[in-house]
Amino acid sequence: MEKFTKLTGVAAPLEMINVDTDQIIPKQFLKTIKRTGLGRSLFFDLRYNDDGTEKPEFVLNRPAWRQAKILVTGENFGCGSSREHAPWALLDFGIRCVIAPSFADIFYNNCFKNGILPIALPQGQVDALMAVARRGADGTLTVDLEKQEVRGPDGATLSFELDPFRKHCFLEGLDDISLTFEKAEAIDRFEAEQRRAQPWLWARAVPCRPERSS
Amino acid sequence: MARTLFDKIWDSHLVDVQDDGTSLLYIDRHLVHEVTSPQAFEGLKAAGRGVRRPEATLAVCDHNVPTTDRSGGIDDAESRIQIETLERNCAEFGIPYFSMSDVRQGIVHIIGPEQGMTQPGMTIVCGDSHTSTHGAFGALAFGIGTSEVEHVLTTQTLVQRPAKNMRIAVEGDPSFGITAKDMILAMIGKIGVAGGTGYVIEYAGKAIRDLSMAGRMTVCNMSIEAGARAGLIAPDETTFAYIEGRPMAPKGGQWEQAVAYWRTLPSDEGAAYDEEVTLDAADIAPQVTWGTNPGQVLPITGVVPDPAQEANGGRRRAMERALEYMGLEPGTPLTDIKIDQVFIGSCTNARIEDLRAVARVVEGRKLADGVGAMVVPGSGLVKEQAEAEGLDRIFIAAGFEWREAGCSMCLAMNADRLKPGERCASTSNRNFEGRQGKGGRTHLMSPVMAAAAALAGHIADVRELV
Ligand code: SF4
Repeated sequence: MEKFTKLTGVAAPLEMINVDTDQIIPKQFLKTIKRTGLGRSLFFDLRYNDDGTEKPEFVLNRPAWRQAKILVTGENFGCGSSREHAPWALLDFGIRCVIAPSFADIFYNNCFKNGILPIALPQGQVDALMAVARRGADGTLTVDLEKQEVRGPDGATLSFELDPFRKHCFLEGLDDISLTFEKAEAIDRFEAEQRRAQPWLWARAVPCRPERSS
Repeated sequence: MARTLFDKIWDSHLVDVQDDGTSLLYIDRHLVHEVTSPQAFEGLKAAGRGVRRPEATLAVCDHNVPTTDRSGGIDDAESRIQIETLERNCAEFGIPYFSMSDVRQGIVHIIGPEQGMTQPGMTIVCGDSHTSTHGAFGALAFGIGTSEVEHVLTTQTLVQRPAKNMRIAVEGDPSFGITAKDMILAMIGKIGVAGGTGYVIEYAGKAIRDLSMAGRMTVCNMSIEAGARAGLIAPDETTFAYIEGRPMAPKGGQWEQAVAYWRTLPSDEGAAYDEEVTLDAADIAPQVTWGTNPGQVLPITGVVPDPAQEANGGRRRAMERALEYMGLEPGTPLTDIKIDQVFIGSCTNARIEDLRAVARVVEGRKLADGVGAMVVPGSGLVKEQAEAEGLDRIFIAAGFEWREAGCSMCLAMNADRLKPGERCASTSNRNFEGRQGKGGRTHLMSPVMAAAAALAGHIADVRELV
């Protein structure tokens, strides 16, 4: 995973609440077997007309925010389906940070696996950042992970919370799986104990029923 | 200290805990489907990693499969490639797999319980948010992303933080015509679509205990629609009776041993919850969604709400947007809303009990003029059972299409989808914009309510019909 230390960029105001992952990336794009190339389909139904042309009023289609690196949005962002295609699409578009009053759990976790930093702030602070984001090109925000701060163009500074472990992984660009492999012995021990105490969980029970004859 | 059901399952699966509470949780069972797994297998191959416990894993194709005759294969090239990729990955890593021609194939959350794979006290994951369904058995079951799928495949563990405990009790007895679907929709309406975020919800109370396993699965299935990653119901005799004898259930002496352990799982007397909510079952009427998230729900006796009455600006705009998308006017009685399509299916409501309930309503009657309707069984075995009971003939005589098992119009990844502007009475779990087809309008409700709508041609109160 790419390291994340500091990010400065234009923030796009997406003034909606409960944006679900079906909105972020609709199902027709889930047929891919790759992680890449989803950026052009991000927010597909909000972003394009039926004939494939852009909807000029949608925020990411407007000149000021086409290069946005940060998204500022409403509560419960990323609810619904667990599809990791949602953060993949955001990342592929160029979004590395989403700021909202709250996030849905699975989406929040998925972001961390892909180098996107989700920042939850109180509604009042998000409202203030939304006002900054509306300014477009001169509404640049800086996200400083080391200091856990979001800085606005006028010097205003907001601090945010983050688990120390997640912060560490982000700053170092660490991969979860390699970290877990370091705990292989503990996993072996757990399995040996479970096999003894709950043997039914280890009985070989492959489902058995023949293929349909017709 | 008194512990909740969630606490007990959590504690018994900890492999490692770091100072900040970050935990390594052991995963007992892993379900896999074609849409959220290809990139995970690709990641394993790129890193030269293997699958730690293929026998604790079960794969099936469900999201992309056609529900019409499959003997000729799949027309859609992308869907076909995705399913072939799953087949190849399962063969390569030795993972049990139910193919499209296997009678056991079906929606991933229907086949796990059906095979007896889902058992109390387990941790179960799947790259799918409705994994919460399996919580009906008193298993800690939740949806994960594809990177986490890769993590579980190769380590049989997940990095997690503990959740908070919420208890929702539905007390008393539901009145006539009220189903598990109405209960869960009413609960979501009460706590909101983000009300469960950060929590695992334990459903309790007499009305929940009185539900069959099918009803309990319907309730737990939609936990994610309240923002909770998991739902739980304490295992009891109903649970054990369901599991006993299924292909993957414990056998012989291990069955006794397992049941003895399962009896220790229910929350202790006096266990503390971070949040408690109580509903009276008698207050719940048949529920129907009017908007574009499952929290935008009302009793059938209600009228489409007026955004002007909503004080919160964000919520008001969301309501206005929902009404525009749904093509509805404030003040319209729900029973005046005409429908074009009816979908009976999905991991929420496509078990045999659901199909029997629909059949009882539609038997000897006909679909309203101009209404299209389909019944999509949750698995090949549900289909077989329904046909053995003659339910298929009842559906077909009433004018429904009788399909093969799969996710179908729940998410419209295959050919089953609404046309723009079409309005659907659906037994599925999400009414998001475009979920059942671009521009399609979804009203979520119970199977018997969807059946009533199919016969009436508009949203209708099933209690007046039977
Ligand atoms: S039936 Fe619908 S909700 Fe259930 S697994 Fe399939 S797509 Fe997901």
